[in-house]
Amino acid sequence: MPEPIITISGLSKRYRIGARERTNRTLREALVDAVTAPVRNFRELSKLTKIEREKPQENTIWALKDVSLTVNPGEVVGIVGRNGAGKSTLLKILSRITEPTAGEICLYGRVSSLLEVGTGFHQELTGRENIFLNGAILGMRKAEIEAKFDEIVDFAGIHPFLDTPVKRYSSGMYVRLAFAVAAHLESDILVVDEVLAVGDAAFQKKCLGKMQDISSREGRTVLFVSHNMPAVRKFCQRGILLDGGSVILDAEVNRVANHYLESGVSTTSLATFASSERPGNLSLKIDSLSLKDSGGQEAPLVNISEGLFVEIRYEIVRDGTVPQFSVSLLDAEGMCIFSSLNNREERLYGFPLPRRRYVSTCRIPGDLLNAGRYFVTIAGFTGNWIDGFRIDNILAFDAIDDGVLKGDYHGDYGGCIRPFLEWTTTENNSDCE
Amino acid sequence: MKEGGLDESIHGGTLHERDEDQIKGEGASCGFSTRAHPGVRSSAPAEAQMPMSDPAPRTPCTLIKPGKGLQHLDLGELVSYSDLLYFLIGRNIKVKYKQTVLGGLWAVIQPFFMMVVFTLFFGRLAKIPSDGIPYPLFTYSALIVWVYFAQAVGQSANSIVGDSSLITKVYFPRIIIPLTPVLSGLVDFLVSFVVLVAMMLSFGITPSPTALAIPLLALLMIFTACGTGMILAALNAKYRDIQYTIPFLLQLWMFTSPIVYPASMVPERFRLVYALNPMTGVIEGFRAALLNTGPFPTGMVLVSCAVSVAIFLSGVFYFKQVERYFADVV
Repeated sequence: MPEPIITISGLSKRYRIGARERTNRTLREALVDAVTAPVRNFRELSKLTKIEREKPQENTIWALKDVSLTVNPGEVVGIVGRNGAGKSTLLKILSRITEPTAGEICLYGRVSSLLEVGTGFHQELTGRENIFLNGAILGMRKAEIEAKFDEIVDFAGIHPFLDTPVKRYSSGMYVRLAFAVAAHLESDILVVDEVLAVGDAAFQKKCLGKMQDISSREGRTVLFVSHNMPAVRKFCQRGILLDGGSVILDAEVNRVANHYLESGVSTTSLATFASSERPGNLSLKIDSLSLKDSGGQEAPLVNISEGLFVEIRYEIVRDGTVPQFSVSLLDAEGMCIFSSLNNREERLYGFPLPRRRYVSTCRIPGDLLNAGRYFVTIAGFTGNWIDGFRIDNILAFDAIDDGVLKGDYHGDYGGCIRPFLEWTTTENNSDCE
Repeated sequence: MKEGGLDESIHGGTLHERDEDQIKGEGASCGFSTRAHPGVRSSAPAEAQMPMSDPAPRTPCTLIKPGKGLQHLDLGELVSYSDLLYFLIGRNIKVKYKQTVLGGLWAVIQPFFMMVVFTLFFGRLAKIPSDGIPYPLFTYSALIVWVYFAQAVGQSANSIVGDSSLITKVYFPRIIIPLTPVLSGLVDFLVSFVVLVAMMLSFGITPSPTALAIPLLALLMIFTACGTGMILAALNAKYRDIQYTIPFLLQLWMFTSPIVYPASMVPERFRLVYALNPMTGVIEGFRAALLNTGPFPTGMVLVSCAVSVAIFLSGVFYFKQVERYFADVV
């Protein structure tokens, strides 16, 4: 067990939030208010920085509350959570921008924080000048920047524009340069906040690659805040879910990401029935229903490009039953998107089956669903589609947009489904002539 | 009826109806629906709260905790960030006259035109004495000091608020921020100083041997600007009244400094009290050293020195005490 590189114990941060503005209804009130305002304003402004730990105070919020955790050297930790969960506050305390109200952090080595791409860039300065300025702001010595200069320029790919003021750069070049400087920082702990939210897809990929390099090859410890779950899953081994300023879950990254995505209205990827309550008819009883992702794991969420399996486990209780099923997919609003029957299944469909337990699986292909929550309704029949029973909305899952189909498009998709359709473009010669 | 049975049993009556409603309802605002963002349940158990272990001392541990008691200036850290100070000063110098027509000439224009106006109104019309040297030279020598001081203090006081994007995003010794404009302003000071020397030559005035004290006086000027700038910058971070106070404060300060009039106009017994304004010592010292206006005002300079050091130290001290909340209030 290695010694932790970061030890956070009982960390809390309390912020004062602005008091409600007073509104004046009459001129007299407004005048009186203007005269007394200085005293009141002074009192409020003075309070702004006096935050006591013990006493409950009005107009304050706990951005972080009693957070304790340790990070080992070389670990890549993804910090996820809703807006306002305390992620950025944690990073700000770690990078010593603001100090905690209570608790402490003990860390070893140099921390470099990348809370924003291009901090301190000056529009009027050239790319070259900004590399030095930005590098120094991030904590590099001049000699260090000089040593890394060529590497930075190469990574950013801005060689021809090195002596152009950055205000003439395209936004893409600007972001590339900014990330390049930050990515070449020599530090033991790298703290990164949502930087991948900027730039185009190719650049994001490059950034992620570079960050992977930093962590895996150079063995540096990385704390990474993002809303981009696929990136977090890909890049991190461990996840920390924050909510309301506290650690809700600290575990393997996929578990944390799943928990984050499924929380709210709960998804159900597995429904098992006690033997006395099994739905069905006189011929068959359902044991369990489950959703599995393309890897065969039970999953409350699936990537829309990957597809999923709906698995029906059941017992035939009357010899010679022909089991028939339908799977219907409904969207979050309850609209039926489509249904499917098992009567095109080739191996066992139509054969009267002996009394035993069976599994029927329906594969819903990738590149079909739109992002969002779906509900699964399953109906069962025996014989000639008679003797039916239906289990409504028994399973629920989230289809996650992994961006594969979107490609370079960043907006929303409409519609209930998002099939992958073929497009062709040819030159139109007939019209020109 | 295979077909009918199928249809009915799969979709069921209610399901079918809902379908139609949904299709009609969705038609207008098709697609692009915003779904509620999944919330996070706060009731979930906190897992894997690892027990704290005391790390054995390896490299010294950086401890981040609530600041209590007096904060000290970490000189070692400041030195390790000296390159940042260097680049920030470079930034200020390079950027200052970018996209201007007159460029570096601006460094001279302001004191020069003030000199012209002062000479006309205070020198010629009000007949204010000038210790026996030409009034333009008399007032210009004070104006270059004053213009430097006023700009350094003004920029320094607004620096913390102005550079809030740095302060809220990166850690570095905060004191660098108000220090930068005080140091970068020296370039303009040097330019206008060269013009002063040129004027002295044209007026045929030679400096006295006490001109050797000029670097010391410049240091006095820088220290005063630093201290004042830091106090105002720290106050301005929290109380934005300061930014409205500065022009007004500087104007008052200017007329209480011997710029348009000589300190010799102040009754002898009040001179040392008058020197409590550190700019008095700087300006009078400058004049005596460069323009030979009389014996070097040692007493006044010493008083000003003491006040200047006091301002500087209290500036550093106050700034260090409050810098920890800058990121939260700017």
